[in-house]
Formats: sequence, C-alpha cells, structure tokens
Amino acid sequence: MSNSAAPLLEMKNIKKDFFGTQVLTDINLTLNAGDVLGLCGENGAGKSTLMKILFGMDVIRDTGGYGGDIFIDGQKVCFNTPFEALEAGIGMVHQEFSLIPGFTAAENIVLNREPKKHNVVSEIFGDRLNTLDYNEITGRANNAIEKMGFAIDPGMVINEMPVGHKQFTEIARELSKDQLRLLILDEPTAVLTEKEAEALLDSIRHMSEKGIAVIFITHRLHEILSVCNKVIVMRDGFVVRDVPANETSVEDITKWMVGRSVDNAAKHDVRDFSDAETIMSVRKLWVDMPGETVRNVNLDVKKGEILGIGGLAGQGKLGIPNGIMGLYEAGGKVEFEGKEIPLNSPRKCLDANIAFVSEDRRGVGLLLDETLEWNIAFPAMQVQNKFLKKYLGGLIKWRDEKAITDITQKYVDELAIKCPGGTKQKAKELSGGNQQKVCLAKAFALEPKFLFVSEPTRGIDVGAKALVLNALKKFNRESGVTVVMISSELEELRQICDEIAIVSGGKIAGTLPADRPSEEFGMLMVSQVK
Amino acid sequence: MKKENKVLKFLGNNSVPIMFVIICAFCIPVSGFSIPYLLNEIFTRMGRNVFLIMALLIPIMAGMGLNFGMTLGAMAAEIALILVADWQIWGIPGLILAMIVSIPFSIALGTLCGKILNRAKGREMITSYIISFFINGVYQLVVLYMMGPIIPIKHTSIKLPRGYGIRNTVSLLSMRQALDNLLAVRIGGVKIPVLTFLIIALLCLFIVWFRKTKLGQDMRAVGQDMEVARAAGIDVDRTRILSIVISTVLAGFGMVIYLQNMGNIATYSSHSQIGMFAIAALLVGGASVDRASIGNVFLGVILFHTMFIVAPEAGAKITGDSMIGEYFRVFVSYAVITVALVMYETKKRKAKSAVGQQLEAEQREEESK
Repeated sequence: MSNSAAPLLEMKNIKKDFFGTQVLTDINLTLNAGDVLGLCGENGAGKSTLMKILFGMDVIRDTGGYGGDIFIDGQKVCFNTPFEALEAGIGMVHQEFSLIPGFTAAENIVLNREPKKHNVVSEIFGDRLNTLDYNEITGRANNAIEKMGFAIDPGMVINEMPVGHKQFTEIARELSKDQLRLLILDEPTAVLTEKEAEALLDSIRHMSEKGIAVIFITHRLHEILSVCNKVIVMRDGFVVRDVPANETSVEDITKWMVGRSVDNAAKHDVRDFSDAETIMSVRKLWVDMPGETVRNVNLDVKKGEILGIGGLAGQGKLGIPNGIMGLYEAGGKVEFEGKEIPLNSPRKCLDANIAFVSEDRRGVGLLLDETLEWNIAFPAMQVQNKFLKKYLGGLIKWRDEKAITDITQKYVDELAIKCPGGTKQKAKELSGGNQQKVCLAKAFALEPKFLFVSEPTRGIDVGAKALVLNALKKFNRESGVTVVMISSELEELRQICDEIAIVSGGKIAGTLPADRPSEEFGMLMVSQVK
Repeated sequence: MKKENKVLKFLGNNSVPIMFVIICAFCIPVSGFSIPYLLNEIFTRMGRNVFLIMALLIPIMAGMGLNFGMTLGAMAAEIALILVADWQIWGIPGLILAMIVSIPFSIALGTLCGKILNRAKGREMITSYIISFFINGVYQLVVLYMMGPIIPIKHTSIKLPRGYGIRNTVSLLSMRQALDNLLAVRIGGVKIPVLTFLIIALLCLFIVWFRKTKLGQDMRAVGQDMEVARAAGIDVDRTRILSIVISTVLAGFGMVIYLQNMGNIATYSSHSQIGMFAIAALLVGGASVDRASIGNVFLGVILFHTMFIVAPEAGAKITGDSMIGEYFRVFVSYAVITVALVMYETKKRKAKSAVGQQLEAEQREEESK
C-alpha cells in the first residue's frame, strides 16, 4: 500500500536446506495482482517446500527456517504460522482435503469464522457461548460460491458430496476470507472430472479479473497454458525457466521439467525380455491405499527382469506392491508362476517366495528396537524356518545364533552397512541410508524368487543411493531374481531397470524400454488415462 | 429389494434398542406387575437418572467417546452433599447449595481429567475409566481421613465413632425427594415429579441451545476431525477440556438429584457404578460411541430401567430364585457396553471396506461400457 508500484508478492533469493541437503537454491519470483502463475516441476523439485515457506508452515521453522526475503506490497514479511499468512491475505488449498466430514459446505466455508449473535450468557462466560447465525452463514457461503463461479449446494453435507465438490468447497472457503489477495492451489484438478476442471479454470480466470493473484500447481500442463499468464518450471530446487505462458508449449515445459542433460543418466545394459516367460501376471487389480489408489491395473512381469514402476506422487504406484503383498485391501487377480495368489494375505505371498521392501522403513520395514541380527534374520526365521537348530525331531527349535551372526556379517560387508556397534547394534541407531540397506539385506536373506522394492532411495544421500541401486542390480544378475522397483525418481529407474511402466491416475499409462528418452516418460506421467 | 435393504439397515442400526424392547415385552407379563406400579417406578427412575445420563452427551459430541470420568462429578457432588448435610441446611435450599458447592470440585476434577485425556487422544474411554478409579482413591482419602481433622465435621451422626471419617451411609432424610415432591402431581396413582422433569426439560433446552453456540460448533468440529479443526485455528485441547469440565459439572448436578431421590448417600459406593449404569442406559437407547441424542437418553432410561424393574421378578417367577434376575441385570449392563464397543469398531471397519467395494464396482461399470 505504501508503494502502488510494488508487486503484490516478491520472493528474493529463497534458500532452504533440510539437515544439510539443499532443496531450494536462489528462488526468485514476482507476482502482481491478478497474475496467474503456473508452477510446475517433478516430485521433489521443491514446489511444495517453496509454498510451505510462503504459507509459514510449522515444518519450515522446525527445520531451521529459510534464507532470503519475502516482500508483500514491497514490505518485508516473515510468517511464523499459517495464521499470519492468512492475515496478510494469502490462502492455500492443500492437496489433502481439510474439511469437517459431518458439516455442511456452508459450515465448512465459514469454519471458525462463523458469524455470531450475542446473548446474555456469552456476556458472562465469554464469546464462545455466542450462538451461530445460520442465515448469515448461508449468506456468506453463497457469496463465496458466487465469487468462485461454480455452483455447489451450501446445505450439502461434505460426506455425501462428490469429490470434486469437496475441492470447490475448499476454494470457496479461501474466497470467503475478505482479505484474500493471493490464492495457492496445490494440484486442485487432480481429483476433478474433465468438466469440473474446466469450471475450475473458469473460476481462476474469474478470480484473476477481480485482482486476486493465483499460484497454480498442477501436473496437467495444458491447464497451465490455458489459464496462466506466467510459467515457472522448477527442477532440483532451482528455477530453470520463468517465461510468459504464451511463449511456451507443453513439450517445452516437459523437457525443462525432466530434462536433466541426457548423458548424465548412466547408460546401462538394457535387456530385452519380450520373449521371456511371464512370472507374475496382474489382472484388474484395484487397491484401496489412501492417497495411492490403484484402479484396474494389468501388468505382466517377465522372469529375470528388473521392471520399474514410476509416476508422480499420489498416482497409485505405491499401491501396486502394497496391494499385491496384502498390506492394503485389494481385489482382482494375481498369478505367480501360473498359480493364483490370494490377495489380502501377506503370509501367502511370503510363502510363495515373494519379498517386499516397503517404502515405510520405520513402520513396516524394521524392528527399530532390535539388533541388526534380529532385523536381518527375523523374516527368514519366521517364514522359512531358517537359522534354527532343531532338537527332538523338530519339536524344539532354538535360534542358531552363530548362523545369524554370520549371515548378518556377510550382508554388513556386502552392502557396506555402517554400524559402529557391530551386528548387535539396534536398528534405530543407524542412519536412514543404512537402515535402507538393512531392509534390503532382510529381503535378500529370504532368498526370494521375486522382489518388490518400493522407494528404495527415498531420503538417503547420493552415495548410499548408488550403493543400494548397485546391490539391487547385482542381486538380480547373480541370483536371477525378478525385481520390481517402484520409485518417484525416473532417472534412477532408468539407471537399473530393463523396462519402465508409468502409472497415472491409478492406471498404467504405458510401458517403455528404459533406454527411451526421458521426455517420452514425462509425457506418460502427465497424460490422462481414460 | 431397496425397501428390504432399508428395513434391514434400520434393524441393524437399532439392534440394541430392539433387543431390549423384546426382552421387556417378554418380561413385563411374566413379572405380573400392574401397569400403574410400573409407570410409577419408571417415572421415579427417569427423574433420578436422566440428568446424569445427559451429562454424557457433550463429550460424545466432542469426539471423546463415553465419559467414564463422569464418576468424578458424582464424587464432587457427594463431598458437597456431606458438607451441606453437616451444615444442617435442609430441603430445597440444601440441594441448591450442594449443587453450588459441587461446582468448584467438579471444575477442578474435570480440568485434571481433560488434561490427562488430551495426552491420551484416541484412548479416552479406557483412560477416563482408570482415572475414575484413581480419583476414587483420592476421594476415600478425603472422606476417610481428612474429614474430621482437616475439614471440620460437627455432627456425630455423620462421623464414624472413632472421631474422624464419614460413616458408611449419610442420611439425607430431610432432603429426601424434596425436589420430586414439590409440585408433584398424581394421576391415577402414578406420581409425576413435575419439578424434577422441569429441570430436566431445562437441561434439554440447554443442550439444544449449546449445540448452536460457537463452542458447541467447535466441539462438533473437533469431534469429527481434530487436525482440520486445528488448522482452522480452533484451540483443540482447550475445547476438549471444556467438554469434559461441562460434563463433570452436569454429572455433579445429576448426582445431587439422584441422591435426593434415594434419600441417603452410600459414602463409599454410591458413585462406583453410576458411570457404568448411565453409559449402559444411553447405549440401550441406541446411542453409539460417536453419536448420541436426547432421544437416546429417554428411550434408554425407559428400556433399561423397565428391564431393571421386571427382570428380578420375572426371573423369580420362572426359576423360583430371585437372584437370577439380579444377576441378569448386572450382567446385561456390562454386556450392552461390550456389544456397543464392538459394534463401533465393526462399523468403522465396514466403512473402510466400503471404499474398496466402491472401487471394484466402478471398475466393473467401466468395463461393461
């Protein structure tokens, strides 16, 4: 307000690191009133972190704050909580719904900002005993809905709404805040039907005309081109491009998003398995894994190959192994070596010699309070009666401590697990990368025929990453084990896989040999599967 | 087909009340009680219990489940009544004073309970159950050893012969049914305690009004999704503590009404089963861990206490042993609570697998296209 020429929002040299890992480097961004900015980039490019900084989320402060400055109307600001950001006129619609399920749309729109009527009791006991003014609530909700330009029923209970309407309720909630000047939309169209998405784009144009600036994050690039006047592409924590929307195309953006220099990706021996025997065939699989729903997936895995499953976060790639292994409710048909494997029963999968390294290291993968020896030997002991000494004709089984120590030592050496306390060290005392190696060792000790590895490199440093990938490759080559690796990082899939399937919207968008250019995979990731 | 589904759904959702209607319908003729006698008993018990049971409604609204900690309010009320009895303030003024004196105790105990429950989110019921045992110990310490030497108690009719501590029963003879008898109306031999019912009606109005207040709205929001409520700026922990405090204070008032009807305090046992019976009655009325209405309270009181009245007599008539019925009613109250808790879990699981079924159905629909 002090200076009418100052832009609405300016972010200068924003830097952020999480415990020494640089995730954002020198981000600059300027936004004027009524601007619509499209923000795109692969998972982990730093979009969400940037928005969290802008919105003052707790996680930023808890991890040591950020570098650089944010200006609003030319005045330097620093938000410590989302509420301060709201004060300043910034609203955010998150990917996960933040709605009270049993309330109506109107009640949710005005949540904790309800118009109230005074009464005698509240004069004595305080404001919280004011009664709600239901007419005014509906009125305000209607205003916000009108501002949004997409009609939803303010009296409808959230539980009974189609998912798209929930999304619009969230947007209406932000619009009902009078001070709103900048709205951040994080993947708002991911859950919308084609028609609803179109309506959302209209309503974004509507807001822009009214002078509200919008930051629009989406993986559907054509939407960015149709509604934004500015595009910023991020990769690995840098802004790689900042261009007006009318000077670019979907192809360009895709290339900037994934386009690490192509020779950077280590070439490797991609093998052709098209004639090989099918070891696992998946038909019509659905999995109800929250946030990673899988719909109608058909997939064939050839014996001896390394198959990669890639795709953007939340599209369902993690649901596939979790569903087949019985950790989340699933339906459909899975055949392994010609025999059908019953779903929803982890033990049957383990008995069929299928192993799984979960993406949830701490929850599913490890016994955190137990020693390395226990962690590595436990599943083999439990599932296959390995490392046991039998007495009285198998009536009494004792642990074979020596065998356990030997096998643990073998994997500690092979995978270079750093455990200063030796094989008796507790799993929780290891670093993330070493914990991941223990998870792998655990699966290797089962000597499986088939191995699912889910996000094996998530949250570990570059050195450990290479080691983990090499260990997997070696395991596949030497023991002939079929490996299915699920990862959000396309480049690492391309490093070790023979073939890569890309999941989008819960379905397989396509399967390509790993040596095809990244752009082709990128196009699959952002494609809409019908 | 659809209609059939609806009927089945109704039966499934209301299985507990329906079961009790059947039990009562069977036991009433067998017991041989006359209708006026039954009505009289039911009205008395409604006056005695409804207020106590209503104290449970607010924590359910705030998503904290069945408040087994309402016993805390009952203990506060007993301490207040003992003091008032010793001060020799009788009749209605005595009752009102007892209610007022119980408030600070209830607020203190309720705040403590609420604070502990905030550290045990998701395990409120078992935690509040154990807290009630813990506070029972503190209550006994106060009543057995501190009343006399530290808290002055004058009258020997209340004190134990050894000079300190309170007797097993404290007579409230001069307050007995003071509330119930004032304005009481008799219709065909059935006594209706009008004033008590008026107070209960006021409480119903209070609860209906409370739901419409900002605090009530916040409690519903917190009860349905704590994270969303917190993100909207609602002080979740404080809201939860308030819901327990209000419940404890109401339970204290309810206990005063309960004891004036009984006419005496069983110092060491009056409160011990109160929570259990109130909760069982509410569940019999068709409430669940996360949903309860005023209607559930009334239906529950009528069904549960009808069974209480007729079961011993019916048991005696059938088996010749009156202990059977007595055993039966205690057994039933625990069984009802167990069934309700199990059903709550099953429902949650069913809702979860419904998402999966929906996915499967969508998929099939897609294929048929």
